[in-house]
Amino acid sequence: MTAPLLQTLFPNIDDWSELGRACIDTLLMLGGSLALTVLIGLPLGVLLYLTGRGQLRAMPKLYGIASLLVNVLRSVPFIILMIVLMPVTYALVGTKLGVRGAIPPLVIGAAPFFARLVETALREVQQGVIEAAQAMGASTWQIVRHVLLPEARAGLAAGITVTAIALVGYTAMGGAIGSGGLGDLAYRYGYLSYKSDYMLVTVVLLVVLVQLLQMFGDRIVARYKRH
Amino acid sequence: MIRFLDVHKSYRVDGREIPALHPFRLDIVDGEVFGIIGHSGAGKSTLIRLINLLERPSGGRILIGDTEMTALDEPALRAQRRRIGMIFQHFNLLASQTVADNVAFPLRLAGERDAAKIHSRVGELLERVGLAEHAGKYPSQLSGGQKQRVGIARALANRPEILLCDEATSALDPQTTAAVLELLAAINRELKLTIVLITHEMDVVRRICDRVAVLDAGRIVEHGTVADVFLHPQHPTTRRFVNEALPEEAASAGAPLAEVRGRKLRLTFRGATTLSPVLSRVMRESGVDFNLLAGRIDHIKELPYGQLTLALEGANADAAVAALRDAGIEIEELP
Repeated sequence: MTAPLLQTLFPNIDDWSELGRACIDTLLMLGGSLALTVLIGLPLGVLLYLTGRGQLRAMPKLYGIASLLVNVLRSVPFIILMIVLMPVTYALVGTKLGVRGAIPPLVIGAAPFFARLVETALREVQQGVIEAAQAMGASTWQIVRHVLLPEARAGLAAGITVTAIALVGYTAMGGAIGSGGLGDLAYRYGYLSYKSDYMLVTVVLLVVLVQLLQMFGDRIVARYKRH
Repeated sequence: MIRFLDVHKSYRVDGREIPALHPFRLDIVDGEVFGIIGHSGAGKSTLIRLINLLERPSGGRILIGDTEMTALDEPALRAQRRRIGMIFQHFNLLASQTVADNVAFPLRLAGERDAAKIHSRVGELLERVGLAEHAGKYPSQLSGGQKQRVGIARALANRPEILLCDEATSALDPQTTAAVLELLAAINRELKLTIVLITHEMDVVRRICDRVAVLDAGRIVEHGTVADVFLHPQHPTTRRFVNEALPEEAASAGAPLAEVRGRKLRLTFRGATTLSPVLSRVMRESGVDFNLLAGRIDHIKELPYGQLTLALEGANADAAVAALRDAGIEIEELP
């Protein structure tokens, strides 16, 4: 019953399992790259925060270098970054294609972006609370671990949400150079082969994904903000 | 004893050295409540932060007991800071943690891992500040006075020898201020810890301090026991602070004083003399008439005092003044 209806609505989509496969690929790319982005971006953001002017471990030179690196990586359009990084990707994961090949450029593209969001979120923490921790004899590491990160958790959760959504966009772009996933389908079938129903379905799926991420993120932020 | 030896502090602003505190010496005695009063920008928050080295002095030495704070390396300084509690104007509690976790925080920082020990110490501290039933709440659910009590409990967690109070009551209403000051005074009495507080309110000094230093534009312009400074202020800044604390007297001691006939005196009674009928006895015996121009009877911490402005009329005025002096009353002649 359902199959004929789907067939009339989307005449060009003959293999729905391929779409399912693409969905899973997108989710794998998103999950893998988001995890690594947070893993790399969080310490980088903390470094930016701590070494900034007037902060706990102010180091203007180190801050300048880290800041420049972040800005350079952020200013390269992602599609270019993917191409430029191909040799690096190959060296890291042994392939330039598929989910594995997509993750290194996704992480390198998103981690600096996330690091800036982390830096901004940490700056929102009241200076007085940090001073109180110092007065209690806290080390810099203890301040990061027990004051900055817990106090900034609402801002950090918002930053992860924004980054996840940006990554959805990046994964879709990755389709253009063979990384697989929904973007790949939209590009190959929808754009190159004029099968606009493919385009429609993938876009709807992406919209749903972004919507879910935003709702989930907002809920966590609201919970953290209550106190 | 907290000792400042030729300590000074300046800040670099746009390549120029701006002095915040001019070189000074100061001793704060164990177990006393020492107040530092000054207007904003006078340097008092820099001064209090020199004690736990949140601010490093530009020169000079700071000693707590036998420990030269200014000579310590980072880990040793952190260990010393655990022996100095601090509370703040804006409380500076961790918003993401419950009241109990805020109080437990310094214990955990000091390396305490035993949950049962932490739990019992936190219970004890919250009991002491009267917040036992609020342990599970978050700071956002508390009033200002309650937040400051959490701050006090947190500051006392590691059984410090010194408690620094950075404008601790400035964000509170008068009633809450009185309650928090009472709590601080009780803690000072019971735990015998030294309290150093900074404030811009003479009333705070009058209520709980033993000694006070008046800070004006980076210099200590006057210091001594609160009674001495409060009853006989020398420096114009000190007088202004005292007058702020006694607005009614300041108002009545203005222009009309010059028009009053007779010999004008300010009498200061301290302690027991405040409570005995010295004035009426002397006046009756000397046959001198007096005209009461202004006056106040109050307490400085636990010390009762009275300060009266009189005009004396009569032949025996000199004898009356001598008799009052003999009875232990401090007398200043007014123009």
